[in-house]
Amino acid sequence: MHELSSLVEHALAEVAGCASLPALDEVRVRWLGKKGSLTEQLKSLGGLPAAERPAAGQRINEAKERVQAAIEARRTALSAEAIERALAAGRIDVSLPGRGEQRGGLHPVTKARLRMEALFQRAGFEVATGPEIEDDFHNFEALNFPPNHPARAMHDTFYFPDGKLLRTHTSPVQIRAMLERGAPIAVIAPGRVYRCDSDMTHSPMFHQIEGLRVGEAVSFANLKAMLHSFLQAFFEQDLAMRLRPSYFPFTEPSAEVDMSCVFCGGKGCRTCKHTGWLEIAGCGMVHPNVLMASGIDAERFSGYAFGMGIDRLAMLRYGVNDLRLFFDNDLRFLEQFRTL
Amino acid sequence: MKVPYAWLTEWIDVPWDAAALGERLTMAGLELEAITPAAQAFSGVVVGQILSAEKHPQADKLRICRVATGQGEPLQIVCGAPNARAGLKSALAVIGAVLPGGLKIKAAKLRGSESAGMLCSPKELGLAEDSDGILELPADAPLGAPLREYLQLDDSTLDLNVTPNRGDALSILGIARDVAALSGRALKTRAPQAVSAAHADSVTVQLDAPAACPRFAGCVLRGLNNTVPTPLWMRERLRRSGVRSISPVVDVTNYVMLEFGQPMHAYDLARLQGPIRVRLAAAGESVTLLDGRGVELSPDVLLITDVAGPVGIAGIMGGQRTAVSAATTDVFLEVAYFAPEAIIGRALRWGLSTDASQRFERGVDPAGQERALGRALELIQSICGGSAGPLALSESEEDRPVRPPVMLRRAQLARLLGTQIPDERVRTVLENLGMRVQGLAEGWEVIPPTHRFDIALEADLIEEVARIVGYEAIEERDALAAERIRALPEFVPAERAVLELLATRGYQEAITYAFVDPQLQQQLFGDRSAPRLANPIASDLSVMRVSLWPGLLGAALENQRRQRDRIRLFEHGARFEQHDGVTQEIETVSGVACGPRMPEQWGLPRPMREAADFFDVKGDLEALFAAVSPGALFSFVPEEHPSLHPGRSARVLRAGAPIGWIGELHPSRVRDLQFVHTPVLFELDWAALALDRPSYREISRQPQVRRDLAVVLDESVSLSRLAERVALAGSSLLRDLRVFDVYRGPGIEDGRKSVALGLIFQDFSRTLTDDDVARLVAAVVADLRVSFNASIRE
Repeated sequence: MHELSSLVEHALAEVAGCASLPALDEVRVRWLGKKGSLTEQLKSLGGLPAAERPAAGQRINEAKERVQAAIEARRTALSAEAIERALAAGRIDVSLPGRGEQRGGLHPVTKARLRMEALFQRAGFEVATGPEIEDDFHNFEALNFPPNHPARAMHDTFYFPDGKLLRTHTSPVQIRAMLERGAPIAVIAPGRVYRCDSDMTHSPMFHQIEGLRVGEAVSFANLKAMLHSFLQAFFEQDLAMRLRPSYFPFTEPSAEVDMSCVFCGGKGCRTCKHTGWLEIAGCGMVHPNVLMASGIDAERFSGYAFGMGIDRLAMLRYGVNDLRLFFDNDLRFLEQFRTL
Repeated sequence: MKVPYAWLTEWIDVPWDAAALGERLTMAGLELEAITPAAQAFSGVVVGQILSAEKHPQADKLRICRVATGQGEPLQIVCGAPNARAGLKSALAVIGAVLPGGLKIKAAKLRGSESAGMLCSPKELGLAEDSDGILELPADAPLGAPLREYLQLDDSTLDLNVTPNRGDALSILGIARDVAALSGRALKTRAPQAVSAAHADSVTVQLDAPAACPRFAGCVLRGLNNTVPTPLWMRERLRRSGVRSISPVVDVTNYVMLEFGQPMHAYDLARLQGPIRVRLAAAGESVTLLDGRGVELSPDVLLITDVAGPVGIAGIMGGQRTAVSAATTDVFLEVAYFAPEAIIGRALRWGLSTDASQRFERGVDPAGQERALGRALELIQSICGGSAGPLALSESEEDRPVRPPVMLRRAQLARLLGTQIPDERVRTVLENLGMRVQGLAEGWEVIPPTHRFDIALEADLIEEVARIVGYEAIEERDALAAERIRALPEFVPAERAVLELLATRGYQEAITYAFVDPQLQQQLFGDRSAPRLANPIASDLSVMRVSLWPGLLGAALENQRRQRDRIRLFEHGARFEQHDGVTQEIETVSGVACGPRMPEQWGLPRPMREAADFFDVKGDLEALFAAVSPGALFSFVPEEHPSLHPGRSARVLRAGAPIGWIGELHPSRVRDLQFVHTPVLFELDWAALALDRPSYREISRQPQVRRDLAVVLDESVSLSRLAERVALAGSSLLRDLRVFDVYRGPGIEDGRKSVALGLIFQDFSRTLTDDDVARLVAAVVADLRVSFNASIRE
């Protein structure tokens, strides 16, 4: 029996000495496998007197269980070590940049335009478009600008030799939409417009959005509500709006739209030239001559129209202080607007 | 329009200070642009009189003056002005005075003589840009009075932006009329000056174009002295109105124009030859204007002429030949009404915009000529003396503008404004604007005053009512909501999605000008015809783009110059094509990619660090097309384009129809434009990106079987031709074909390539056996051997 306990000691020592799972497995086979040293001990029971066999068998089984338990414990420890090592080897620097393409983005003017379109669409306006090379009829005449009218001089128009022109505003789309669709109608027309003018605050090409609603009882009061709610929604500010009488040949009454300065809240700052107000749009009730030129019965229908600079709204929304930046296409500028 | 506040108060008691007045006028359509004080801040300057002026013993140019200020002893003042003379009243800055700019006046010694202050020039007081002596005040200026009070220098000028429809507001009187309507106060009336003739001389005026000039009032003034100075008060008013003082006669004509809005002209009678005819120009005629400029005239220009020819362009500018000078003693004054249609647009042809043309273009009161002439005579005679002849009026009664009555319906007023305005208020507003109003059952009949050219329709009256009542009085009100859903087409280009897809693939949207450099466009597109601007802003922005590439390449170059190595830009906009003189505008989306395939980053395999080529951009387009159409409707066929590398360019087709281009910029252009990396370009018709309607196809439940095949064939065989044959030979059981490698090099003969294909077979009704698949592959291989002399690489 002394022999058995020394065998166990020996086996436990080997288990403890195992440095890897395969080595441990070898040790297990050598001691506890079918031909393992401790298994062999059971075979020797036959040589013992019958009365001693149960007690001897139990001792051997206990010895096997001890070794088995030691192997299991060693296996658990070795597995844990192996995982620890794998983890240590697999460590990465998560601060390294991710791989792949870098996102580009939309132009800030496009972002502002899409936002404006979405807002007006919520109020039932459809998007209409028209050509950038226009004729005198749609750009001026149908809009109640008689030839030589002083108001034409306010539009520095680009002309082509055949008398066509680059549209100076998006208002001709009003005419086209009314001629095509008749009344009632509610459209917005965003797009590029052109004026022969270039300096700090003017670009020969810029963007406007035109709005038109004609119906049986469309009023100036409706126009005020539409514009005010639009400005508040676009800027997500509870800003004030005022309409100042003005003159456009194609609307009457006409108004300039001022909103309280989005930077100072109306207290006065550099952006609003210390007036507290920002001039943001022109608007009015569609002139009866314009309705008639567009084939709409001015007795039955009335309508309002408005126009504003998309670039200007984008500048105010994103805090851009120089219009020309929009058309320089400097990636260092454009990339600042690449969020969705 | 510059309106000195104090002058305005001569016509109406203004109940507001200048700032409040500006605010009220702004909210009534006369926008305040600026308020300018009449004089800069200064203090301690009083009216003084020079009692004596002696030459300074130590200085030739200095005088020692004794100056009375009305109290105490006269002060000794040393003065260098040439006009410092005994008897003159001038501006004296006493000790302690502070002049504009902050100069403090202290007791001083000049060349040994005490000076107890300083006599001031208009320039030193900020009253003139330049002056050549001390201020000369009239003899009746009250001695010792503070100069600011005496000259009303605490006045300010309102600069108002008058819209083109409001010619009637281009005068002090016109502004006063609006103030009257806004405040409810009455205008101060002034008895019109009767012209009493002291002699019988007159100039005959014949109206040859009575529609253009239906009224012409004239008067001869003899024996005047045009060398006297214009009185200070008048010069001050002109100055505050932004008008330069020239000579008394001219100053008066300007003064009356500012006051009444009626331009007038004075001719030197000695140089005017005989009767005047107002007529249209003859072809080839010309005239030399007051400013010395000679201008050619066309037959739609109205002229004032005498026997010797034109003496002025009606309503725009007088001629040099008959101009009034200091030596003039006899003048002929013209006060006429010219119809706006006869004046509009003419001045601009010669780059002119005069005070007169501005007013006549917008409309001058056709009933105001006598009043203005009377006022001018009164003023000229009081300054220059002289005797007036009879007022001679030439008139074509039937050509006088008439103001037909305009109906204003109560219901229409309420409908258009969306608010109710009490009847009484409507009537008062209109009457305060000088309209004659008659009540009717459904509203009012209104006759506008002669000076209003902008009231012909009901809408014009509605605007007047709204403007005076105030837009702020109209409350915001929601429109009636539309009941029906509006159409929302689904199978059109999805703008935001397309732009976002390109952005996700690394492209940044640009916006470039629609007019480009004709030279660059020619370089890229040869002699493709494009609309050319008649009046471009610059020669390199003078032709409309036939493609978005010139703008995008320009933008890419600019960014390259800013040290950008990797550039991806796209633009969405119109390009302009011209065929047989007819211009077509085509909505387009285009892009350019140059520089490395991927942004600089760690761990990229070597090929991914190279410059992007055709296939990178093709991949971008395929991603776009996959988002547009689920089927393989888009294809690329090799085709040459003048801008592109002939072997690396393709037409893009959708369902067989051309919709755009893709390719690498032609190597010569790359060199000419000095690109570091070859730009790869694409351009697509926007309309071709209309979404396809997805439609369901049955899904097979049977397993797929894949077989890979390496086919060696000639370089000239394109993948699309190869795929076409494979699809045919593979029968309808070939579900998909993938290309996973293209290899050239060792093991493959020159001029040949190895293409690795993955063939995926699948049946709907049963599982394919190995034998089935072997037969299918064998059929494909056999076909390729025959079609392309292909061999199979083992």
